[in-house]
Amino acid sequence: MRRLDPRALVASVLLLLGFVALWWVVSHAGWLSRAFMPTPESAFAALVQGMISGPLAGYTVATIGRMVVGWLLASLLGIALGTLIGNSPAARTWLQSTLELLRPLPASALVPVAIAVFGLSSSMVLFVVAFGAMWPVLLATIHGLASVPRRLEEVARALQLGRLAFVWKIGLPNAMPDILAGMRLSMTVSLIVSIVGEMIASQQGLGQTILLAARTFQSSELFAGIVLLGAIGFASNSLLAIAEARLLRWQRA
Amino acid sequence: MTRALRPVAVPLLLLAGLEAFARTVGRNSDAVAPPSAALLALARAFGDGSLWQATGFTLGAAALGLGLGSAIGASLGLLLGLSRRAAATSFLSIEVLRPIPSVALIPLAMLVFGFGAAMEVSVVAFATVWPMLILMQAAVRQVEPCLLEVSAALQLSPWDRAVKIIVPAVLPRLFVALRLGVAVALVVSVTVEIAANPNGMGYALMIAQQSLDPALMLAWLFWIGAVGYAINEAALFAQRAMARRMGEVAE
Repeated sequence: MRRLDPRALVASVLLLLGFVALWWVVSHAGWLSRAFMPTPESAFAALVQGMISGPLAGYTVATIGRMVVGWLLASLLGIALGTLIGNSPAARTWLQSTLELLRPLPASALVPVAIAVFGLSSSMVLFVVAFGAMWPVLLATIHGLASVPRRLEEVARALQLGRLAFVWKIGLPNAMPDILAGMRLSMTVSLIVSIVGEMIASQQGLGQTILLAARTFQSSELFAGIVLLGAIGFASNSLLAIAEARLLRWQRA
Repeated sequence: MTRALRPVAVPLLLLAGLEAFARTVGRNSDAVAPPSAALLALARAFGDGSLWQATGFTLGAAALGLGLGSAIGASLGLLLGLSRRAAATSFLSIEVLRPIPSVALIPLAMLVFGFGAAMEVSVVAFATVWPMLILMQAAVRQVEPCLLEVSAALQLSPWDRAVKIIVPAVLPRLFVALRLGVAVALVVSVTVEIAANPNGMGYALMIAQQSLDPALMLAWLFWIGAVGYAINEAALFAQRAMARRMGEVAE
């Protein structure tokens, strides 16, 4: 899929430009109300202006910061707790079903509860981001540790590895593909929960910006915000995909 | 203690702890309520019908959005799976649209459709197009080459080839994609209600918090979790039953 055939690349760029041209025609012909369909050039102008002289750059940094810090917390907590639980069969029998039960709960459903407990603050949003994004990593770590091949366990016994050495040298490396896949999912969750948190708790960031833009019918600002959020999603996902490919190179060898 | 009790021991302990805390230290709290009070609030919501109305709204919007999103995703996936040129051409446009977080479209949907079912359906549809599209495209690519040779030998028209050969061949994986879509649709619909749409279970949870009624808030949180769990399990069961009927080993 990622083979760079130049002809296909040109065709795909042309198709994308075609969509933008369609947007231009639709917005200029006035088929859809300007209230929610800005012209491409005014959306672009709002984006550039907001980034250079307006507050958009600051909001972008705030949202990225919330997402990254929440994601790091979630990953650390998820791996640590997952290692504790996944490493002991006893803990698994006591806790696994509870964890599975909590998994389908939407992370955003915790926002109202967190508001009630912590109030409207930026640490509240961070808490929900970390808590909501922790599940994919936690469950992936448990799964990865629980599925260490029999033979590796025998090797560990033959080498008389201690519990800690086993986890560090065999368990976690074996769980690595699962953990990295979980961390990628968790990054997506972090971005979503950050946006929802900003919308509900009125924390400065892109989530609040686009909601306010919609309420005041400033569709250019709204589209600029959506474009930025899409760019954040694209960049974070690509970075993690690259990191994943590098970190897992030893496995394919 | 018997073996069967082990999985429920921890949740029960936690609930008992919360009960004790809410009845003593946190008696006047706006944030925590004893689980027993939450259960009563849930029973009241059952009684006055608000529970069913909100649940019906959320599930209805999620189902409509999933249906719409899956239909679009499946047909696009079919097209892109069949034609490598179409896939290569649309690759960039898809990669530009796909990473947009679905919640970022909530304000736009609000502007276009106003509050109500339509905005929620549209956001859910956007979120569920992608998993369907990707899985469908991969499934179509992996159809047995023999089957395609058969269709070539029979000189089937492209439409007949799609309907008689490809769709039956990818059906089991289509159901896997649908099951994933069910989970996404539920999460997104509740999120839309929490963030903006004044309808459904997410809004009920939000409004319970805002009216400082922690018992009702916990009741809704529990109910949303329970409904999500039940529907995900049901979808998993249905998908496995379908796979068995089609003679596939369940994944």
